[in-house]
Amino acid sequence: MIELLLKCLELFVTFFKIGLFTFGGGYAMLPLIQQEVLNKEWATQAELINFIAVSESTPGPFAINMSTYIGTEQAGFLGAFFATLGVVLPSFIIILIVAKCYEKFQSSKIVKGCMSGLKPCVVGLIGAAVVSIATTVLFPSGITLSAFSEVNIYISLAIFALMAVLAFKKVHPILIICMSAAIGIAVGYGLNLKV
Amino acid sequence: MTKREKLKRCLSLFLTFLKIGGFTFGGGYAMIPLIQKEVVDNKKWVTDDDILEIIAIAESTPGPIAINSATFIGYKTCGFFGSFFATLGVVLPSFVIIMVIAFLLSGFAEITAVKYAFFGIRAGVLALLLKSFWGMFKKCPKNAVAYSVAAAAFVASILSLNTLIIIISAAVIGLVSSFIALKREAQQK
Repeated sequence: MIELLLKCLELFVTFFKIGLFTFGGGYAMLPLIQQEVLNKEWATQAELINFIAVSESTPGPFAINMSTYIGTEQAGFLGAFFATLGVVLPSFIIILIVAKCYEKFQSSKIVKGCMSGLKPCVVGLIGAAVVSIATTVLFPSGITLSAFSEVNIYISLAIFALMAVLAFKKVHPILIICMSAAIGIAVGYGLNLKV
Repeated sequence: MTKREKLKRCLSLFLTFLKIGGFTFGGGYAMIPLIQKEVVDNKKWVTDDDILEIIAIAESTPGPIAINSATFIGYKTCGFFGSFFATLGVVLPSFVIIMVIAFLLSGFAEITAVKYAFFGIRAGVLALLLKSFWGMFKKCPKNAVAYSVAAAAFVASILSLNTLIIIISAAVIGLVSSFIALKREAQQK
């Protein structure tokens, strides 16, 4: 019982931190989630990537999906509740404050100054996250010379290249995920891949 | 507003944001058009100008845009309780759906077909992330300080420096450099 409560507290604090320090929408949260969740061994990088696909194909914001998922995996319903509460609370409180003094906030030189550093920082962080995820996708068991002789990496590269073209042509993300899954299954069984 | 009216308004906020939370895929800015349709066109709780305000605020406050906008619109419409019920509404659909999926996923993960499917999906997700990164890169301010901060954050993150430290340093650098720029402007005048 006490163990469960401690876990819930840890989930709450961790996701509160993630909620408080994520600026910008979409995947801006990814670098922080990656750091916290991988360090605490709540999920592996591959599981994280799988879950990005789940999150893209279900309604709702990435942050809520992620906190609910990790919370459930770690401590069932209570875990999901506290993780989600944690990720929501910072925005909730800050917006309540900002809504009361919007004019001041909008014209604040301090806010503008901080944002001028935060915006490019998030771009750099996401860039690094993409690189680390690319490494996991292409070299699941680490970068070694023998990894290049495996057929998996070339299949992954081919799927990635095809889907990147489709993504930039504005094909819907859910369609991209479905097609990637179909190709994965077809090629997997066809070549009897080890994944 | 009487107590009864207030209660009705809160319930209506809850249901509207429940619908918004249940029908936007991908989150983030994908939610804005639906919010606009529901709370500006249908319910007339806020105006188009308010929506622009919300986007501006969401961009300079932490947390997901969905939560930011639900809290803000709820507050404008019906004070603290409004913001509470709107936020609860927008969170609930994801929460329920993902809990169900989390229970299912752990049971299905070992099936060969599912493993193959996720093998393909991971490569697809990489493509989606790359596109999302490109979109953010294009929106990034274009000046020497911004480029240096982005490059420094990238390198620091690759070297696995603590992400919180990177974020806080970037905010401080932005603050200092914008004040230096302001001072220079004042001196030139």
